[in-house]
Amino acid sequence: MQLSKRSRWTFGSVTVLGFIFIYLPLAVVVINSFNSSNSLSWPPKGFSTKWWVKMFLNEGVRSAVATSVVLALIATTIALILGTLAAAALTRYDFFGKQTISLMFVLPIALPGIVTGIALNNVFTSVLGGLSFFTVVAGHATFCTVVAFNNVAARFRRIGYSLDEASADLGAGKWLTFRLVTLPLIRTSLLAAGLLSFALSFDEIIVTTFTAGAGVQPLPIWIYENLFRPTQAPIVSAVAAALILISIIPIYIAQRLSNTHTGLE
Amino acid sequence: MSSRQNKSVVKLIALPVTWLVAVYFGALALLFTTAFFTIDSFTNQVIYVFTFDNFVDVFTDSAYFKSTVRTLGVAISVTILCVLIALPMSFYMARIASKSSRNVLIALVLTPLWASYLVKVYSWRTMFTPETGVLASILRPLGIPSPGYGLFAVVITLTYLWLPYMILPIYAGLERLPTSLLDASSDLGASTRQTLQSVVLPILKPAVIAGSIFTFSLSLGDYITVQIVGGKSQMLGNVVYQNFELNLPFAAAVAFIPVIIMVVYLSTVRRSGALESL
Repeated sequence: MQLSKRSRWTFGSVTVLGFIFIYLPLAVVVINSFNSSNSLSWPPKGFSTKWWVKMFLNEGVRSAVATSVVLALIATTIALILGTLAAAALTRYDFFGKQTISLMFVLPIALPGIVTGIALNNVFTSVLGGLSFFTVVAGHATFCTVVAFNNVAARFRRIGYSLDEASADLGAGKWLTFRLVTLPLIRTSLLAAGLLSFALSFDEIIVTTFTAGAGVQPLPIWIYENLFRPTQAPIVSAVAAALILISIIPIYIAQRLSNTHTGLE
Repeated sequence: MSSRQNKSVVKLIALPVTWLVAVYFGALALLFTTAFFTIDSFTNQVIYVFTFDNFVDVFTDSAYFKSTVRTLGVAISVTILCVLIALPMSFYMARIASKSSRNVLIALVLTPLWASYLVKVYSWRTMFTPETGVLASILRPLGIPSPGYGLFAVVITLTYLWLPYMILPIYAGLERLPTSLLDASSDLGASTRQTLQSVVLPILKPAVIAGSIFTFSLSLGDYITVQIVGGKSQMLGNVVYQNFELNLPFAAAVAFIPVIIMVVYLSTVRRSGALESL
């Protein structure tokens, strides 16, 4: 399709405006983290790196980041295993109840987080007798499983089943086929799903609020508790700016992954 | 289907389904059973006596009806705004931008997903601050007062937060679109506008619906953004959140509303193939 100069220009300028919309608030956060004022007032009073220094020295930030990383890693691992198993079953076989089970794997992200949050809170406190670190893991793993399932299922649909069949015809057993044929084909989708699920877990506030036991303080909870404290808010802004800068690494990895060929395209 | 295949399916699906049922659906079922109970007004403990009172309260009190309408209005506005921004942006990124810049552009869309939700909302609070906010300082020379905190700020902030979830499926749909289809349309004499309207948009329908499932459900349940930039406005999420500690059965009954809305929405769009584009 040949687009006229005018329509290219229109689409281009809407895109530029869209990117300004996306980056304006992020720029405000980064600029504010260098604000020498003691409150996050706009416009900034002067330049200072004191909030960055305070952030690196802050015990609360460090332990919250550590909690969030461990939480996201465990939740993502569970999610990748459960999501891949479900994706294999639902894309490669036809069976009774398939439609219903497919819908089951949509609901945890299609229903609002606050519903998931109070439902899990209710069950964990009344049946398990209280909240802990593991109740947050269970909560996060549930919605991360859906994300992993969606990503890996899309890959399974694309690669089809013929290579597995060829491998079986050549005498390979199930495990050997999975290890040498299926796994290499879905590897990049597993990594992409893992990154996305890690990011979602790392930033989840609603489900975390309702499932974290006393004393369990992942980063979103720490931010929520400190955002409205006048003396702490600029440190929060430095943490946020640092996260934005660090996020370049996983996004770079994700982009490299999407460029590597699966061998089938 | 052979019984051997049946066995493989069961082996694969048993663990994930058990997890979802035990952790998630079990919890949902228990929550909605709780909605039919009541509480002791002195101790706030749940009393296990069957009653429809909570639902009667939810559906007869006009305050809850108003919050439902307000929440739906916000969710619909956010979804429409996201579609309006995402369609031209995705089209530019997937079909007009050079192949080498595509990956960079989509990475730029994804970057904000890694910045903290709370911090982004807080940043919008800085933008919307009446008198001294970023928006106020941009708009003042133009003679326009800043809108300040309220539902408008909530809609803009939520649109901002969920925009990447709308762009991603639409971008993916546009990238998959075969060039030959567009060429065929213009060879047959269609103008750019006609091609976009009668070829591109219908093909993108499942992608738009997939994106709308995210923008809709994420907006329906939000209570934090409203607290930070909404001024005095209340949404359904706030009602659930405020009643959760004091009157769990009532909170559960209110939580039924967004669930019903989402289930109705999902069952209407199920046939469109949108659930495969999530």
